[in-house]
This record gives sequence, structure tokens and C-alpha cells, in this order.
Amino acid sequence: MMSALTRAPGAALLALTLIFAPAVAKAFDIQRVISPGGIEAWLVEDHSLPIVSARFLFPGGAATDPAGKEGLANMVSGLLDEGAGELDSRAFQARLADQSISLSFSASLDGFSGRMKALTRNREEAFNLLRLAVTEPRFDAQAVDRIRAQILTGLAAGANNPNRIAQQTFREAVFGDHPYSRPVTGTAESVGAITETDLQTFVTRRLARNALIVGVVGDVTAAELGALLDATFGDLPERAEAFTIPQAEPGGAGEVIVVERDNPQSRIVFGHRGVSRDDPDWYAALVLNHVLGGGSFTSRLYDEVREKRGLAYSVFSYLQPLENAAMWMGGAGTENAAVAQSIELIRGQWANVQEFAVSQDELDRAKANLIGSFGLRFDNTSSIAATLVAVQFRDLGIDFLNRRNDLVEAVTLEDVRRVAERILDPAALTVVVVGKPEGLAATRTVTDGG
Amino acid sequence: MTLNLCSRALRALLLPAAFLLPWANTASAQVFDPTTFELDNGMQIVVIENRRAPIVTHMVWYKVGAADEPAGKSGIAHYLEHLMFKGTETRAPGEFSEIVANLGGRENAFTSQDYTGYFQTIAPRHLALMMELEADRMTGLVLTDEIIEPERRVILEERRSRTENDPRSLLSEQVAAATYLNHPYRLPVIGWAHEIKGLSRTDLESFYETWYAPNNAVLVVSGDVDPDEVFRLARETYGNVAAKILPPRVRPVEPPQLAPREVVMRDARVDQPAWSRRYLAPSYVAGDNEYAYALELLADIIGGGTTGRIYRSIVVDQSLAASAGAWYSPGNLDLTTFGIWFSPRPGVAVDTVRDALDEQIASLIKDGITEDELERAKLRLIDSAIFARDSVAGPARVLGAALASGQTVADVEAWPDRIRAVTVEQVDAAAREVFNVNRSTTGVLLPAEGDSRT
Repeated sequence: MMSALTRAPGAALLALTLIFAPAVAKAFDIQRVISPGGIEAWLVEDHSLPIVSARFLFPGGAATDPAGKEGLANMVSGLLDEGAGELDSRAFQARLADQSISLSFSASLDGFSGRMKALTRNREEAFNLLRLAVTEPRFDAQAVDRIRAQILTGLAAGANNPNRIAQQTFREAVFGDHPYSRPVTGTAESVGAITETDLQTFVTRRLARNALIVGVVGDVTAAELGALLDATFGDLPERAEAFTIPQAEPGGAGEVIVVERDNPQSRIVFGHRGVSRDDPDWYAALVLNHVLGGGSFTSRLYDEVREKRGLAYSVFSYLQPLENAAMWMGGAGTENAAVAQSIELIRGQWANVQEFAVSQDELDRAKANLIGSFGLRFDNTSSIAATLVAVQFRDLGIDFLNRRNDLVEAVTLEDVRRVAERILDPAALTVVVVGKPEGLAATRTVTDGG
Repeated sequence: MTLNLCSRALRALLLPAAFLLPWANTASAQVFDPTTFELDNGMQIVVIENRRAPIVTHMVWYKVGAADEPAGKSGIAHYLEHLMFKGTETRAPGEFSEIVANLGGRENAFTSQDYTGYFQTIAPRHLALMMELEADRMTGLVLTDEIIEPERRVILEERRSRTENDPRSLLSEQVAAATYLNHPYRLPVIGWAHEIKGLSRTDLESFYETWYAPNNAVLVVSGDVDPDEVFRLARETYGNVAAKILPPRVRPVEPPQLAPREVVMRDARVDQPAWSRRYLAPSYVAGDNEYAYALELLADIIGGGTTGRIYRSIVVDQSLAASAGAWYSPGNLDLTTFGIWFSPRPGVAVDTVRDALDEQIASLIKDGITEDELERAKLRLIDSAIFARDSVAGPARVLGAALASGQTVADVEAWPDRIRAVTVEQVDAAAREVFNVNRSTTGVLLPAEGDSRT
């Protein structure tokens, strides 16, 4: 029935798409702003609304947390807006709220980042509060206690979240002793061990001018931004402390780990090594992944597992290019009785992409979607600013947004075949299942010990 | 739909799901300045020009949702939403999605108690084709057993994923069922599993035939488009679909609630207790709706972020809860709820926090709010209407939801003025009206019996 689904009309429209693929980046000009004090930021001016958004990133996130203090970067991210300079937590939060300023921080494995959004009339104060947060955080005992309690409650609330368990189990199985195996939010024990000195030390080591990456979008000129950059970040230490995260060698190939949980649906996470962001085959991998499991309602995994058989509500794959480990990941949720069948189908599709190579039609359609949809993310100031930061972090060049679609367009069938040959390997997939799967041959089973 | 697997900021994890939904209470604005039309067949059209990027969001909202389902057949509206991607007399199953994907578009659909919506975000030159395809599936949907059976399994998986795998979702389902005795808001949008299993092809077709019609739909187009051009295209596409005689949209009405209700759920999968209480409350269009705007301000004053009274009192000053707040969803077509919630700190008993929260509410009712609190809250809400414009799809969602739930464009545009006009006395009166324990339902989530929570 659905396999008879001919997609001719879609293919006929394809030529048009490629010819008129929008030059998304032409919708806005990126300016490289260097402040009088030498701080760089990328800026897209947009004066159509009285709003300015800033995003920023310091490389070095949770993967730099000291052993036994896992969750440090994350805890800092919860505390920078809980009191700084002369302002205690209550006063700081009131300043933000009373001027409709959004300011928040977050930590990932590879970086510590923040975002700020304000109306033009509160712009100076917004940057001033950001300055206080990154240069003079207080870490008052009461605020530290409160945020610690929030993190612990969050950990407890998520302790039985199937997706969290699956992700964490997968990372431990694949990354072993490497820092990437650690949970970004830490554990109850490690979060309990973090001291005020640890928090201060993180700030001193990581938040520095030479590490800072900034993207700003909205109602501000280059000259105005230059002055704001110096006022905001000029007091940061000049250099961040050097750190090294070793290259990870993903292990656990071929393992099928079941974490028993009394849930009606099993959560499945799977993956193996992938393609790093600076690999010449990155775009070929991106296109291949789109065919395999990247398209939301159009991918081989979606067709086989959901559309034809109704085995899952969500089934997908994605590339995860961490700085020191590139992974090719996927996930699905399926009732316990159908887990074995779903995993079989997923492995089958993994093998199929290798054995029955991607067709020209599939390639063209995947490229058309990746090219056409690229510009859709630029619909608000904050997402554009996030892209400006990501492009700098990955060192892709200020003209990247103009080149990106050409890079996708240049991918050939040969490129895709090569990547499939080089990387995809169904037998190497590490599979983690959280639930009560039936009839699944596991290499390891973790029973619910609490 | 794909899942976002990125780790999120911690505080986001502590918010109840309800917080993520009611965009209408934070994102309306006087400043959308939309252009409106109506087709001869009764279809409403709203166009929001936004020329900042070459993007358009095209949405069709049907004024029908889960609360309009026949008794005993919960889940039809949502099931039908899934089936709307399965082809028509002129389009093969999945063809619409294929075309959107090949043109570099993004699409999805959603179902609530009060409406069902379909949308694509795409380059503006493809708008005419999107309209043609969306108009096509307004009639002539083809359903066969081969199509509906695999999708039934998908929906049961969706229900397991969203609800049955998560005790918090199971509790909120039970709490909704306790909050409404008679009104269909007591039923989950996705449906009860046993009723989803029992829905027939005829049930689905009959719901579609009854409610999917241009005179029961709102077209909202937002982005890099010219309103007159949108109207012209709409006439050429949606204009060809015949209007239907629609049944009145009448739902059973709640009887007066005379006693507080409480649902306590213990589950071995729970490590962190959670508590919430909701009070029956008017919406913009139902009940004593003169209180709606005052209640939005009240929700901000007591439950807004880290500066609201509840957070300051029980999280910051008394150190009893890890997080806490309030919510209010004024967008419902029928009677809605005003809610308060908290997560206790480790080692603190739920009852201790609840007593402290009750004291807060009691002193609010006794002493009222201050002029200063009100002015600050007004400023924040009115500013939020400016931030709401920093998006293509956001304004379309606000206007679409409003029009599908009994409001007008004028109501949405007047929102900042109505917020500005609220007085301290009105907020105090609204608080006294809404915080009536006899009109409340409390939900408590606890670890399994014998576990260490006190």
C-alpha cells in the first residue's frame, strides 16, 4: 500500500527548487565588529523592531568539570543571574523582571553559553546586568543552596525519565572513562560536593576575553555595539586557562543494553561513531543522514518503522559532532512487545543504505529539503544570533551562510556511497533500551536497583 | 515530529507542561496589525506582514477539537489530524508531505480541546501550492483500513510515549478528569486508550464530514507576503470549497462545584514529589470573563518567574520549595483553570509547603496586591506583546488560536489596552473570586507507599 506511494509530483517540482533555492544569507548582512578594546562580535543590524538579542559562548563546558564535581559548569549557569556586584539575588532578578530583560546561561559538554534579549529602551541596562553576571557573580550561600536544591530536585524528577536514562547509559557504554560519559547536570553526590570556591574557579578559568564568542542581532549599530562590548566584557580576564579534552574513542560496539524499567513503552537510543564537523565528508554525511532518518516525515526509518508498520510515534537519526567525538545517533519509542522487531528494522535500514545505495532521486530530494529549509531558522533575532555564534565556534568563516547551500548542493551520489561505506555499520551500533522489552537478545541487562 | 535530545537548562525541567502551552497569555499584542478578509464561503483570512526574512507560515485552523467529539469516542479529533496526511481523491498518501519536504518546507499539525491546526513554513513563492494542497484536503480525504490501522498503532505509541510512560502526565490526566464533572475538558485530547482502539473508520469520516469546511476554518498567513495577493490566492483555492451547514458547537456545561477535590497518585517511578492545585476560572470568552485580564496580571504578580510572590516566599525566603509558581490559560472556549504549583525541596514534606502556600493565598485575599506590583506586571505583559512580534510563526499561532476559540482580531489587538486598564481593585476582586477552595482540584504526585517521602 504505502510502498506504492509514488513521489513523482514531488520530483517534478524539484528542479524549480534547486534553481530558485533562496540565498538565505542575503536576507541579512553580517558585520564583524571589533570594539575599541579589541573584542570581536558578529552583528546583524535589524531596526524593524525595538529589540536586541545577544548570544555568547565560552568553549569548555561540562567536559571540563573536575572528577567528583560533575555538574559544576551547569551549576554555574544557574547562579550567574542569582546575584552579582552590589545586587543580591532578589535585587538582580527584580532588575531583570522590571525591565523585561531575559538573561540566562547554560552549559553543554563543550561550552558555556548565554543569551540575552531586551527592548531598545533597556539595552544599556541589559548589557550592564550581563557584565555584572559574567564578571562579578556573588555566589551568596543562600542562592547557592537554592540552586543546588533545584538541581537536586531536577535530578530526582528526571531519575526515572526513560530518555535521560537511555542517553546516560549510552554515553557511559560508549565513552567509558572519557569526560563525555559524565552527565552534564552531575549526580546528587557530585552536585552536593561543589563548593563556592569551585564555582568561582570555574568563572575565573573559563570566562575570559580570548575565549569569548559573541553574536548580536537587532536594534543596535556597529558603533553602539563596539562601546557595549568593551563596557560588558572589557573587565574579563584576558586569557582563559588552557584545557584539553582527549579525543574519545567510542567503544561498546555491538552491545545491546537493556535497562529494566516498568514502563509500557521502551525508549531506544542507538548509535556509533560518526563524522566530525571539519571532516571533508560532513555534508555528504548530512545528506545521507537525511535520507536515513533525518527528514521529519520523509526518511527510510520513518517509512519502515512508523509509516508502514505503526511501530513507533517517533523514530529518527542525527549527527552529533561533539568537539572530541563524532557520533551518528538515533532514537525511537516503541511498545515492549515490538522492540525486537523495531531494532531489527532499524539495523536493516542501516545496512540497506550501505547495500542498496541511495538513488539519485533520494539524493536530490534530500538536498532540496536541506537547502530550502536552511533559511527557515532565521525567523527571529535570537536564532540568528545563535547561528552567528555557532559559525564562529566551528570556525566556518563569515561568508559561511552564503556558501552553505552550495556545499550541500555539491554532494554527489559517489560522496554519499563513500560515507555509507566508511562509517555506517549496523553490527557496530550500540543499542540501549529502557523498558521491559520482550524477546530481545541483550548483551547486558541492568535491573532496576533504584 | 522529531524529539529534541539536547540537554536543557535545569529550570525548564521543573516547569509543569502546562507552562509551555499557553502562549496566548504571554504573547498577544496590539502590534500585529493584521489584515483580514472573508471569502464568500465564510472562510476567515488573517494576514500578518513580516518582511524581515523570505519566510512564510501558512496555517489553517479548524474550529473543532477534542471537546467536540461524540461521547464515548475520545481521540477522534487527534486521530483525524494524523490521517489528514494520508491522501485525498487527487493526492496519494504522503504526497503533500513529500512536496513540502522537496520544497524545503517544514510542516506539522496540532490538536487541542478547542481547535485543530495544520501548518507549513516555507519560502513565500510556494504559498500558492500550499494553499492548493491544504484546500484539497479540506474535502475528499480517502480513508481505508490499510491507512487507518497502522496509524492507530502510531497513536497508541504516541499515547504511551506522552502519557503512560510518565507518571506526571498520568496524574494530570486524572486531575483533568476530576476538575470537570460534565464538560468534555475532562477527557484527554489524545483520547483514552480503550476508546482509541474502538474508533471506526465511520467515526473518523463522520467527524471529518461534519466539521471540516471553509466556514469552520480560519486561514492565517504570516511572513514575507502581500495581503492582497494572499487574498487573491485564497479565493482561487479555498474559494472553490463549498460551505457546509455546521452543527452548533455546544458542549455540556459544568454544574456548580460544591466541594474541593483531590487526586493523590503514588507511583514507583516517582522520586520527586509534585503538587498542584487548579481552580475553575473564567476564560476570555466563558464564565465571568470580565475577570480574565485581571487574572492574567494576578498570575504574573503571584507566579511570574523568580520575582512572583509565590517563588519569593516559599522558594527564596522560606526555602521550602525548589521551585513554584502559578499559571492561567485564558484562551479556552469554555471554563478554564487558574493553577498554582510547587516542587518541594529535598527533605521537606509536601504538606509543609502546601500550608505555606495556603498562607500566601490567604494573605493575598485579605490584603490584596499593591499598586506597585500591578504597574510592574503591566509593564512586563505589555512588553511581551512587542517580543511576540520577533517571530514569523508566533503571531500566526496567537491569532489563529484566538479566532478558533471565540475571540476576534480586535480582541487580540486590544489586549495591551485591556491589560493597561485593569485596576488594583479588579485584581483583588478576581483573586477573591477565583481562590475558592470549593472550586478547586488538587493533584499530588508521590513516590510509592513505604518510600522515604514524608
